[in-house]
Amino acid sequence: MHKEFLMGNAAIARGAIAAGLNLVCGYPGTPSTEVLETAAKANDGSLYVEWSVNEKAALELGAGAAYCGARSMVTMKQVGLNVASDPLMSLAYIGVKGGMVILVADDPGPISSQTEQDTRTFAAYSKLPCFDPTSVQEAYDMISEAFAYSERYHTPVLFRPTTRICHGYASVTVKDTEEYLHNQPEGFVRDPSKWVIFPRLSYQAHISIEARNAALSQVFSEYPHNELRPASETGCRKGIATQGISYTYAMEALEGKPAPAVLKIATPFPFPEQLAVEFLQNLDEVLCIEELDPVIERELIYVCGKYHLNVTVRGKLTHDVRNAGENTCASAAHDIAEFMGWALPESAKADAAPALPVRPPVLCAGCPHRASFYAVKQAMKGKKSVFCGDIGCYTLGNAMPLDMVDTCLCMGAGVNITQGIGKIEPDTNCFAFVGDSTFFASAITGAVNAVYNQANMTLVILDNSTTAMTGHQPHPGTGRTMMGEIVEKVSIEAVLRGVGVKTVETVNPLDLQAAIDCVKRVSAESGVKAIIFKSPCAVLIKPEKPAVIDPEKCTQCGRCIKSLGCPGIVRKDGKAAIEQALCTGCGLCAQVCPFHAISAGGEG
Amino acid sequence: MQNNILICGVGGQGIVLTSKLIAAAAMAKDIPVMSAETIGMAQKGGSVFSFLRLGENLHCPMFPEKSADILIAFEPAEAVRMLPYLKETGRIVLNTHPIMPVTAALSGSDYTGTEMIAYLQKHVPEISMLDADAACRELGSPKVLNMIMLGAAVRQNVLPFTIEEIEEIMRRTVKPQFVEMNCRALRYEA
Ligand code: SF4
Ligand code: SF4
Repeated sequence: MHKEFLMGNAAIARGAIAAGLNLVCGYPGTPSTEVLETAAKANDGSLYVEWSVNEKAALELGAGAAYCGARSMVTMKQVGLNVASDPLMSLAYIGVKGGMVILVADDPGPISSQTEQDTRTFAAYSKLPCFDPTSVQEAYDMISEAFAYSERYHTPVLFRPTTRICHGYASVTVKDTEEYLHNQPEGFVRDPSKWVIFPRLSYQAHISIEARNAALSQVFSEYPHNELRPASETGCRKGIATQGISYTYAMEALEGKPAPAVLKIATPFPFPEQLAVEFLQNLDEVLCIEELDPVIERELIYVCGKYHLNVTVRGKLTHDVRNAGENTCASAAHDIAEFMGWALPESAKADAAPALPVRPPVLCAGCPHRASFYAVKQAMKGKKSVFCGDIGCYTLGNAMPLDMVDTCLCMGAGVNITQGIGKIEPDTNCFAFVGDSTFFASAITGAVNAVYNQANMTLVILDNSTTAMTGHQPHPGTGRTMMGEIVEKVSIEAVLRGVGVKTVETVNPLDLQAAIDCVKRVSAESGVKAIIFKSPCAVLIKPEKPAVIDPEKCTQCGRCIKSLGCPGIVRKDGKAAIEQALCTGCGLCAQVCPFHAISAGGEG
Repeated sequence: MQNNILICGVGGQGIVLTSKLIAAAAMAKDIPVMSAETIGMAQKGGSVFSFLRLGENLHCPMFPEKSADILIAFEPAEAVRMLPYLKETGRIVLNTHPIMPVTAALSGSDYTGTEMIAYLQKHVPEISMLDADAACRELGSPKVLNMIMLGAAVRQNVLPFTIEEIEEIMRRTVKPQFVEMNCRALRYEA
């Protein structure tokens, strides 16, 4: 054992490797991405690591490995679980041979997600055991136990940290390599009565799943990470039930106070019922502090009903705590003080602080997406159009002054949303924007659907040769894998032509006039047609020399600033000026300036 | 003994790296440490912060308002934004160089940071200011901003390290050709 300073996601990866992990795969998504990246970095060659095209593919891959007796882990963010849910729901019935952990990172807030869905609820729905760590250290310790439970009960298990665990850092005690377990997979053993799902088999499996979960509820009542801490003073008849990072906020708030009983739930499903009974027995009132769904709260109410316990359970359902957003140290301290009847912690008074500048996230200086959006905007000026966006950096194309994202729903949705709008409003110029990684993840089926069903739309692929938003992961179009191999790139153009898109033009968006002409030409055709805007992510290339503004020629019209919103151009004393540290010399502003006052380009 | 440290600024200023160095320095002295920071979309030009806690019996990396012993602020408005977290007796190390958000450029409003600095001076008795961007130019590299700020923070004598100890950690993390430059940055005094 030794100590290391690790990010939660890194701790999870390291813990899994120490538990004899054989295969890890997933699809990038904040806050889960670093788990797989850490595993890839720590790979001594014995581990198979893959970024799959999407979560469904990853889950199926992980299942196949676990069928062989391998220990496999599949990583994703919470909305990724929606994509993987089809194989997951069935896999719950089939089960596994080797330990299989599905790591799903939840994102209370949400900080960088579309939804505040709760994987604990998904666990109950899919009937799969779920582990919910409260700290980075606990995440490290629990991940190996998750594998052990998975193997013992022949079922995939869910492991769901939240953002603050995933991205929190701590000095943690980790195993030395000599202490690592090694798992030698037996290989696939043919047995159609086990691996082929049929209604009859599912009926039988359903019965054993229910029995197993009832047994696990008992087992989990003894699980050391589910903890019952008695009140510090006898006679106190109040208790707090909590989980995840909120548990640590609660402990922080109770520091040095006459504490009530505390129940910490690390396995929300199957719920440790006996432990809950023990907790509730001596109480009059309980406050549940948890994030996302009121999972613990509902379970406690159920337990009270089942065992005729006269306890008032407070939480989200009773509006004692907020039912959306993430908890904080301050919110937990406040909620606990109110519940205990303590003086409320006073918050720092912000007496007349000057108005703070807002800093919404924006596309980077020199981002090629800015040019792509601007080109389409210019080409469609004055025409009735709709611009359906998608998930990625390019969602930021919604910000002023570009204002080029009319819809955004989930990965790949823009293609068929555009199709739907076009069917109802045939006189609208319909555009769907999708990034390269998102295209491979979930827009290909949409494209086939649009072609087959005679949609009239322009599919715009923003191809920057990476998965930029989540920190630049490779994908099928990049020709690199997580095993370090250089492979043949999957061509987006060939895919589009292959599914029947007749017109596919590729253009560099930073060549503004050519890009505008291309949009005008292609969008005028009927049917499904595609434009591939190809230019690498600005973060990945060496910047050119910053642009230069000629003060003689600049009339201070502000066109460059007002039309592009590039962080590389600022206003200094009313005049446009280049922010040297940010400008990448992409040259877009030079092509927009009506007075040719800006020059850009040249080696940096 | 616990130390609560808050580092704040704007995406791209090297906040996260600064936090990592402090953590590594703590690890080297067997001081338990936890931290939490902004990751993801907000890093693209947004407000970025890092909470760091050093000491025994830590529960969580984030701390409540009025708890920070020191606020290492890389930008004046960001210092004001995070000020509620500072203890009444806490100190600030402030980079006075303002960063104008794109939105300000668009609306034509002039944000220069001066009212922020005035506000901080009025409300915080222990404030140590420097124009770290000017210092970077003087030292000849925009990449040493975080070392300048870290050095200034260490000189406040609230962190449990000496400049030499931080320097030792830095030597292990930066490329050999940059060590000298970073040493000068750590010891930079305006
Ligand atoms: S050249 Fe102009 S548009 Fe491109 S990064 Fe620099 S300021 Fe921004
Ligand atoms: S990371 Fe790349 S793709 Fe994302 S906004 Fe920046 S330049 Fe654009």
